[in-house]
Amino acid sequence: MDINKKIATRQSYGEELVELGRKNEKIVVLDADLSSATKTGMFAKEFPDRFINVGIAEQNMMGIAAGLSTFGKIPYASTFAMFATGRGYDQIRNSITYPNLNVKICATHAGITVGEDGATHQMIEDISLMRTLPNMKVMCTSDDIQTKWAVEEISKIEGPVYLRLCRLSTPVIYTEKQKFEFGKGIQIGDGTDASIIATGVTVSEAIKAQEELAKRGVNVRVIDIHTIKPIDTDLIIKCAEETKKIITVEDHNIIGGIGSAVCEVLSEYHPKKVIRMGIKDEFGKSGKAEELMKYFNIDCESIINKVID
Amino acid sequence: MKITNVTSLENISYKVRKNIIKMVYNAKSGHIGGSLSCADILTVLYFNQMNINPDKPDDMLRDRFVLSKGHCTPALYSVLAEKGYFDLDELKTFRNIDSRLQGHPDMKKIPGVDMTTGSLGQGLSSAVGMAIASKMESAGCRVYCLLGDGEIEEGQIWEACMSAYKNKLDNLCVVLDNNNLQIDGKISDVSGLDNIEGKFSSFGFNVIKVDGHNISNLIDAFDTAKQIKGRPTIIIASTVKGKGVSFMENNASWHGKAPNDEEYEKAITELDTIVYANKSND
Repeated sequence: MDINKKIATRQSYGEELVELGRKNEKIVVLDADLSSATKTGMFAKEFPDRFINVGIAEQNMMGIAAGLSTFGKIPYASTFAMFATGRGYDQIRNSITYPNLNVKICATHAGITVGEDGATHQMIEDISLMRTLPNMKVMCTSDDIQTKWAVEEISKIEGPVYLRLCRLSTPVIYTEKQKFEFGKGIQIGDGTDASIIATGVTVSEAIKAQEELAKRGVNVRVIDIHTIKPIDTDLIIKCAEETKKIITVEDHNIIGGIGSAVCEVLSEYHPKKVIRMGIKDEFGKSGKAEELMKYFNIDCESIINKVID
Repeated sequence: MKITNVTSLENISYKVRKNIIKMVYNAKSGHIGGSLSCADILTVLYFNQMNINPDKPDDMLRDRFVLSKGHCTPALYSVLAEKGYFDLDELKTFRNIDSRLQGHPDMKKIPGVDMTTGSLGQGLSSAVGMAIASKMESAGCRVYCLLGDGEIEEGQIWEACMSAYKNKLDNLCVVLDNNNLQIDGKISDVSGLDNIEGKFSSFGFNVIKVDGHNISNLIDAFDTAKQIKGRPTIIIASTVKGKGVSFMENNASWHGKAPNDEEYEKAITELDTIVYANKSND
C-alpha cells in the first residue's frame, strides 16, 4: 500500500468511464446535476452524445436508464449514494431490478466520509437497501486500481449492479499486477489473531492497523470485500476457522451492511462471534472525514484497540 | 396488419371489453374501471398505429408501448391476445399463481410487454429512455406511453416531461386516459390537480385533445402527432371510467373491484347488445 499516493474512488471511476467509453460504444452515462462531483463530467466532455444530464431528478434518471437498457445500451447512472438509493429506491426496485435490466448504478459520496456536508448527505443505509433487492449485485471498491477494474468488469455482467464509491481520497492499495475476481474477496496477510473484514474506505485503515499491530507482535489478516453481493462465503468461513477473532469494519450503519452480511454467513455455516465496527445506528454529522472516522470509531486506531481489546 | 376500418376497430374494442370483464370476474380481483376507459386507445394503438409484429415481439426496430398506469393489465393483455402475442385462452389464467399474466405487467414474462410497470409515475421515464435510445440509434421507433390522470399527481411524471422536452423527443407520444376519477374519488377533490392541458403545454408538449372513445378521432390524433417535429406530443383523451357497462361508468368504486355473478351476466349482456347493434350497422 502506498500511503503517500491518495486517490478518491470517484476520481478513478470518472477516469475509467472515459476509457470504457472508448472501448465500448454501448456505454451511456447519466447524471443528476452532479457531474463535477461524481466525475462523470470527464465522460460528458469526450462523449457529449452519450451523456444525459437529467437535472436534479434522480427518480427520472433511474427510469430513463431502464428505458435505455431495453435498447441494448449499458447505462451508468451516477449521483450521490444518498439520492441514488434513497430518492430513487422505488424506481431502482420496480423499473430496474424487478425486470432485471442491465443498468449500472455508480453512486459516489457514500458514508460519513462525505464529511462537512453532514447527515443529510451521508448515506449509511445504501448497502443495506441495495443488498436486499433480488437480482441486484453490490460492489464497494477500496482503491484506485480496484475501482478501475470494477468499472469495466460490471459492464460485462448482465443485469443491475450497484457500485459504491467515495469522496475521500484514500491510499492506493494495489499494484497493476493484482488480479481481481468478481465475487471473490482479497486476503491480505495470513495472521491468525484476527480477521479484519473491511470494504471501501475502511480497507486502507485496516491495513494500517495490520502494520501497526505486527510491530506489537499481533498478527492479523485483512479481508477486502469488494463484492458484497454475492459475498465470498468460502473465504469468510475459512477466516472463521483459521483466526481467533472476526471483526468487520465499514463506513455504513452496522445494520444491513457487511457486518450483517458476514453474520448471515457465519450464523448459518460456522457460528462464531462477530464484532461489528461501523456507524452504530445513528446519523452522521458535519466534520472533516478523518475526524469523523475517528469519531465513529472506524479509523486505524479504533481497529487496533478492538483487536487488542 | 393495419386495420383502418373504424367499425372493425370498434368491434375489436368491444371484444377487448368483454375479455376485461371475464378476466377480472375469473380472477375475482383486478382493475376494471380504468381498463374499460383505455380499451379504445389500446385498440387503436395495437391494431391501427404501432409498427409491431406479434411473431417478432423482440424486434429492435418495433414501436414501443409503456403502460405507465400498470394496473390496467386486463386491457393490455386482452389487446395483446387479440393481436396474437399469445393464446386468448391464457387470459383465463390472469393473476393465478401459475400464470405469466401477473397483476401488473412483467416484460420478462409476457411477449409484447415492452416495460415492467406498476408503481405509478415511473413508466414515462422509461419511455423517455427508450425514445432517447431510438434517436441515438437512428432506429426510427415511436414510443407510446399511457398515463392515468390520477397518476400524474406523481412528481416523477413532471421530471420525465422536462427530459422529453429537453431531448426534443418528437418520437414520443404520451396518451392521458383522462377519466377524472381515482380510487378515493374525483381527481379535483382528491388532489387539486387542475388545468392539465395548461400544465403539459407549459412543459413544452404539443397537446392534442380528443374524445378517447371515438376511434376515428383517436386515429387522427395519433396521425397528427407523427407530423410534429422537435417536441413530444401528449394526447389528452377524454374518457369515461368503466366505459361500456352502464352501472360501472363514472363510478370510482369500480376502480379495483370484481363483479359478482349477477353483475357479470349483466355486463356481458350489455356489451353483447352493443356489439350486435354495431354489427348490424357494419
